Amino acid sequence: MKIGIPKEIRSGEKRVAGSPKLVAKLLKLGFDVSVETQAGVSANVSDQDWIDAGAEIIGSADDLWDQSDIIIKVNPPETDEATLLTEGKTLISFFWPAQNEELLKSIEKQGANVLSMDCVPRISRAQKLDALSSMANIAGYRAVIEAGNNFGHFFTGQITAAGKVPPAKVLVIGAGVAGLSAIGTASSLGAIVRAFDTRPEVADQVKSMGGEFIYPDIEEDGTGEGGYAKVMTKEFIEAEMALFAEQAKEIDIIITTALIPGRPAPKLITEEMVKSMKAGGVVVDLAAEQGGNCELTEPGQLVKKHGVTLIGYTDLPSRMSGQSSELYANNIGHLFDELCPEKNGVIDINFDDEVIRGTTVIKEGQITWPPPKLSVAPPAAKKEEPPAPVEAEPKPDKGWGNLIGILIVAGAILGMGAVAPTSFMGHFTVFVLACFVGWQVIWNVSAALHTPLMSVTNAISSIIVLGAILQIGSSNQIITILAAIAILITTVNIVGGFLVTHRMLDMFRKG
Amino acid sequence: MSEGLTTACYIVASILFILSLGGLSDQEKARRGNIYGIIGMLLAVGATLFAASVGNYTLIISMMVAGAIIGAILAARVKMTAMPELVAMLHSFVGLAAVLVGFATFLDTSHILTGAEKTIHDVEIYLGILIGAVTFTGSVIAFGKLNGMIGGKPLMLPGRHFLNLLILLACIYLGYNFIQTGSQTSLIIMTALALVFGIHMVAAIGGADMPVVISMLNSYSGWAAAATGFMLGNDLLIVVGALVGSSGAILSIIMCRAMNRKFISVILGGFGTPKKSSGGGGSGPAAEQGEAVAITGEETAELLKNAKSLVVVPGYGMAVAQAQQTVAAMTQKLRDQGVDVKFAIHPVAGRMPGHMNVLLAEAKLPYDIVLEMDEINDDFPETDVVMVIGANDIVNPSAETEPESPIAGMPVLQVWNAKDVIVLKRSMATGYAGVENPLFFKDNTRMLFGDAKASIDAVVKAL
Repeated sequence: MKIGIPKEIRSGEKRVAGSPKLVAKLLKLGFDVSVETQAGVSANVSDQDWIDAGAEIIGSADDLWDQSDIIIKVNPPETDEATLLTEGKTLISFFWPAQNEELLKSIEKQGANVLSMDCVPRISRAQKLDALSSMANIAGYRAVIEAGNNFGHFFTGQITAAGKVPPAKVLVIGAGVAGLSAIGTASSLGAIVRAFDTRPEVADQVKSMGGEFIYPDIEEDGTGEGGYAKVMTKEFIEAEMALFAEQAKEIDIIITTALIPGRPAPKLITEEMVKSMKAGGVVVDLAAEQGGNCELTEPGQLVKKHGVTLIGYTDLPSRMSGQSSELYANNIGHLFDELCPEKNGVIDINFDDEVIRGTTVIKEGQITWPPPKLSVAPPAAKKEEPPAPVEAEPKPDKGWGNLIGILIVAGAILGMGAVAPTSFMGHFTVFVLACFVGWQVIWNVSAALHTPLMSVTNAISSIIVLGAILQIGSSNQIITILAAIAILITTVNIVGGFLVTHRMLDMFRKG
Repeated sequence: MSEGLTTACYIVASILFILSLGGLSDQEKARRGNIYGIIGMLLAVGATLFAASVGNYTLIISMMVAGAIIGAILAARVKMTAMPELVAMLHSFVGLAAVLVGFATFLDTSHILTGAEKTIHDVEIYLGILIGAVTFTGSVIAFGKLNGMIGGKPLMLPGRHFLNLLILLACIYLGYNFIQTGSQTSLIIMTALALVFGIHMVAAIGGADMPVVISMLNSYSGWAAAATGFMLGNDLLIVVGALVGSSGAILSIIMCRAMNRKFISVILGGFGTPKKSSGGGGSGPAAEQGEAVAITGEETAELLKNAKSLVVVPGYGMAVAQAQQTVAAMTQKLRDQGVDVKFAIHPVAGRMPGHMNVLLAEAKLPYDIVLEMDEINDDFPETDVVMVIGANDIVNPSAETEPESPIAGMPVLQVWNAKDVIVLKRSMATGYAGVENPLFFKDNTRMLFGDAKASIDAVVKAL
């Protein structure tokens, strides 16, 4: 199949949805790649670079769209572009289906496929194709650079011959990917960094990036679905606002990254707080596009109010087009690994793969967004059981097979119930239930602990010793001897099994 | 102690056993899980000892003390590399105990049963002894194979499937006869047949399938306990037996999936025997093979020093050479030098489930750098050096590329995607599956021949 990378047409956009490395990778996967002329210029990739990587350069956007089966873009298609997305073509870009519902509907009618890079599910396996995180990382870094550019002092404290310089104090609100990146960047420049987030469990991540975690003195966990934050109660918001007001007085630079999915950005920095900041202070509002976390932010603009510089740029990743194009291209490359497991140059939009399922918003002219919900708690994301490789039977048959199996088992149990005495059925109930409990419990055992699992099950299966104990008092000499031997060997087993398990478990340690 | 109280103790013990297994879901809680298991066992045994019908305490206590001493010595002395053998031996004990208790129940004539109850009771005795006997000899043979006393090659009797079928039919007939007449002879003949069946079944399975065999025997030992529970009308035994039985069954499933094999084909045995029929088609893999390039310990050290990331893939060879401590020393040195070292564990590496994890843990390697196949397979392209220590089939690219290969479709660690691969091996011999490994002939592969421990020692010295 032929993949096309057009030049981004949104004004001010400097990124391009590819890199020479991506081209080489796609060629290896068996695709042909063409690139619109000048597509990468603003990201410092010349036409010659593309050609060297093995791509073909095409002179006009219309030709490129016309000839390609798959289009890779950064931004959602503009209206002109959308009409070029004819039946059978596949578009991969940021799409924001929630914000672009009309565009979504108009493309649905054209019979194309759309994979939206902002809809990649937030699960461990999909991390490497999570372009939102890549962009957020860049935005966080750039936010610090922009702040530094407008801040009239050093970040790092210094003692010079001329006198002492205090370090800058930076407050980062929201410790998501962008926030953490900002924390790391600011602290590596030497600033004192404090960070706040509604989710207390990110405290360790903040510390690991060199920041100090601050939190109001109130119990509430703000962890929402998919690792994003959720809306907090009124009490909590009041407490956090008080905390910000107190911090604002001594902070030089505030970087806000607070967003709740699908809602306008919460207003966290009031005009009062800005007024209370030191003159020369800087506020960088990464939530500007969604209305801003600061009341005074003007989206897309840099303004100065009350002696404080307020930066509301909404194109931070694009301001680092080289880096962001490269990372975006890597994310796209990983997506193609998923889409083309056969490495045969043909994509397979396989809905059994939850990553692809979540990412796809239109398949063959049908809107498939939003995807069915995955219930995955973020911190303790459960391992999926290893997928059964190469299944011989087709799936639907298997369902029926299962049903028939269940019916046979049910019939057998009924038949047994008809003839067996009550006492037996009682024991049988226990047996069946215990099998189910065992089945549920054991699937959760971590693969690393399979050997201890065997030795401990071994020890407890020697519970047979109870039978021998009950028999040993018999008047029959042979029974006593049999029981005595049984007690001896099962005790070896019990003691040996438990002790060796203990020995093994003692060795497992975290580094 | 009243019967109600005993039952109450049994209920608590059952719960403790379930918690004990549940605790193994992560390394942090596992130790507590083991303690739960011990408490459960003490409670169950204690409650039984005080039950009304128990006598002959001197004999019980002396047997238990003797058993406990032997068990403690075994547990303290066993080397971690010998864990599979120990586990196999302990399985055989459970099987033997089930047989003994079964016979004792049969001989016990104090309870006279009639009608359906008697039939069911007889079936229970019969099944208990049958499963116990198969577990017993099967485990003994597995022990022998793992210990090296019996060769790892599968035993191929002519008409072995027919033989198994014959034994099965004979057992069914004897069972019918036993229930009808209560004949002791039937029971004894069946036991003998089951013992033979156990030997034959495991003897026919190749060494590479040992993880499946061990898991399966683990499962059997549980079912034997459950059958004994039915026989004695004891719910605790039934619960524990069912727990252990399903645990072993799940492990078998996991192991089979990891080798992309059907459970039934493992049990029927005969894996790894070269296909004689495919003699004519020698054009495929053989033609592509070039020359394996050797490397020395010093050169390996040089390569590792310049690497940013290293993934170690251990296999049974590391266990045989007892090289885990040396590997840990190397890891420590490299980590101190800023190399990102990780371990990749294939589910069937070694001779029992989780074998490699235990060895690495023994060498005090932190478990958070030890990763499973699915977690690490995608990272190989970004890895500088992969070190394969005594593993073969689990890193064999022909599982993915050669549909004809006996290991086709088995998920493998894709080490060949890394920049450089160093394979530590004693010789160019094939692995248990008896398949040539094209990995050894790849351009980015270097072979470090020799005993794994000596080789890594040389690397550590040069670092």
